[in-house]
Amino acid sequence: MKIAVCVKYVPEANAPKRIDPETKRLDRSVDGALNPFDVHAVEEALRIKETSGDGEVVLVSLGTERTLEALRRALAMGADRSVLVADDAAAGSDLVATSRVLSRALEREQPDLVLFGQQASDSDGAVLWAAVADLLHMPLVSQAAELALTDGRARAKRQTEFGYDVIEAPLPAVIAVSDAINEPRYPSLKGIMGAKRKPQETVSLTDLGLDGEDAGEAGSLTEVYALLDPPARGDSLKIEDTGDAAEQIVEFLADRRLL
Amino acid sequence: MDLDLSEEHELVRSTVREFALERLAPVAEELDREERFPYEIVAELAQLGLMGMPIPEEYGGAGTDTLSYAIAVEELTRIDSSVAITMAAHTSLGTMPIYLFGTEEQKREWLPRLASGEGLAAFGLTEPGAGSDAGATRTRAERRDGTWVVNGSKIFITNAGTDISACVTITALTGEGEISNIIVPNGTPGYEISAPMKKIGWHASDTRELSFDDCAVPEGNLLGPRGSGYHQFLEILDGGRISVAAMGVGLAQGAYDLAYDYAREREQFGRPISKFQAVQFKLADMATEIEAGRALVCKAAWLKDQGRPFAKEAAMAKLYTGELSNRAANWSLQIHGGYGYMEEYAISRLYRDQKILEIGEGTNEVQRMVIARHLGL
Repeated sequence: MKIAVCVKYVPEANAPKRIDPETKRLDRSVDGALNPFDVHAVEEALRIKETSGDGEVVLVSLGTERTLEALRRALAMGADRSVLVADDAAAGSDLVATSRVLSRALEREQPDLVLFGQQASDSDGAVLWAAVADLLHMPLVSQAAELALTDGRARAKRQTEFGYDVIEAPLPAVIAVSDAINEPRYPSLKGIMGAKRKPQETVSLTDLGLDGEDAGEAGSLTEVYALLDPPARGDSLKIEDTGDAAEQIVEFLADRRLL
Repeated sequence: MDLDLSEEHELVRSTVREFALERLAPVAEELDREERFPYEIVAELAQLGLMGMPIPEEYGGAGTDTLSYAIAVEELTRIDSSVAITMAAHTSLGTMPIYLFGTEEQKREWLPRLASGEGLAAFGLTEPGAGSDAGATRTRAERRDGTWVVNGSKIFITNAGTDISACVTITALTGEGEISNIIVPNGTPGYEISAPMKKIGWHASDTRELSFDDCAVPEGNLLGPRGSGYHQFLEILDGGRISVAAMGVGLAQGAYDLAYDYAREREQFGRPISKFQAVQFKLADMATEIEAGRALVCKAAWLKDQGRPFAKEAAMAKLYTGELSNRAANWSLQIHGGYGYMEEYAISRLYRDQKILEIGEGTNEVQRMVIARHLGL
């Protein structure tokens, strides 16, 4: 069984988030890390491999060379190898362009299963897996809180607002796992020492049979025109407590007949 | 010259930091209060390969360099000194003598069990009457019927009395003025271990007094050539100083982290106290000294990894970071004010855990003696 896990390099949780007014893109020069949601997908892939006793876990990512830092972390956890699509022409890819590049990289791998984390912690889109599944013509299950594979089928328990859906799909399939699916392991010291020796392939758009028109801003269907702060709320009232705050709040609510 | 850590080193740091924050931070206060040895944490450290970092893979270790090891020790201490010393004493003092001076047979017998963290190792050097003057060892080992029969006592020994303690390597007189190291397995008749000693800090680490009463171990438990014990323990202490120095940096960093967060939250006179120069200067000084201390530790570890002499730098790092951790813990508690004196604030634990870093593995004064000797004085 070959499992491909799509992962993203994102700014670290406590790194300041800033949008560059020039490019209208997120400033990615800060310290980064493996997207915490993707760690669950990597963990699930490793568990599937360990349970079945054989198989291969391949990491697939689109990003700059710095993405290798995040990939090494997943390799240290136990993934077998990585494929990074790094190309200046891919900078600024929107959802459509990113899904095009990733699905092409996945086609090259021909995996039996494609795993995603539920979202990326920088953009929080939670839709990329759907676009990739569509391009690959594969069935998709999102928010999988449990996953079992038997006889060429995936059976996933999908977390919803009202309970669980149990969904079966034939393989190959795309599964986006929820962060409730597992408790990810820490990379072991042996894993860390061995990560560098694992195959880490970096490919360009050309290597995937794509060109500059397919990715980056040229390949994107959306364009950011402007970025604005949310409008200030003009009618808000701030009450400082000088001993009578409770009375003021009651009065405020009573005036509006909310009490 | 390249002052960047390699990717492996960065990965070691981020992994151990994450582990410490997620697994140690929530239980550190409880372990300290209950003075409970953290078996479950040691098992987790073992699973990650942290109980035998610098031991080669062929003997069951992780095969890392000294720098990776120092980084891991620093990150553990940043959150919990008791856990850090358990790991560091086991590695630098307990396991290393067997790795460095053991025969192939001794290595095969002991290292896989120790480096995997299944068993804990201790090192018994200090005696009630032989502290800084470690050469004044009185414990004796006599050869009798193919065994070494040990009589004497050791004090302040880390890791000797836990349920998973496997052995202690002790220094003993095997003749007039002749010191040798001997491995004594736990459970050997005549090897008695006291109740846990009561300490100011390091409450969750195991510290015991050991006594040997006609305790006979096989002849084959002698470590290296007879009479080489003095040089062996000096070498062990040189290496161990790097890890205790890393603890100094970790403790100072932990104290700084707590002070930094507290100063930004705590409001007095209508603004966070971090806006007052008196507090800012303390934090600025702490951050600066921590940076300097970390550089010293890295240098000593790097020299050792290059196979170059490192004893002077290790002593300097140990001395500087020991005193630095004292200042940092003191300032951090001062920034916390009255709350810092309360047990529910972590800084109170770090404050208690700090002092031993200026005493263990050579006092500040002994470090100065070692440095002065290296300066040719």
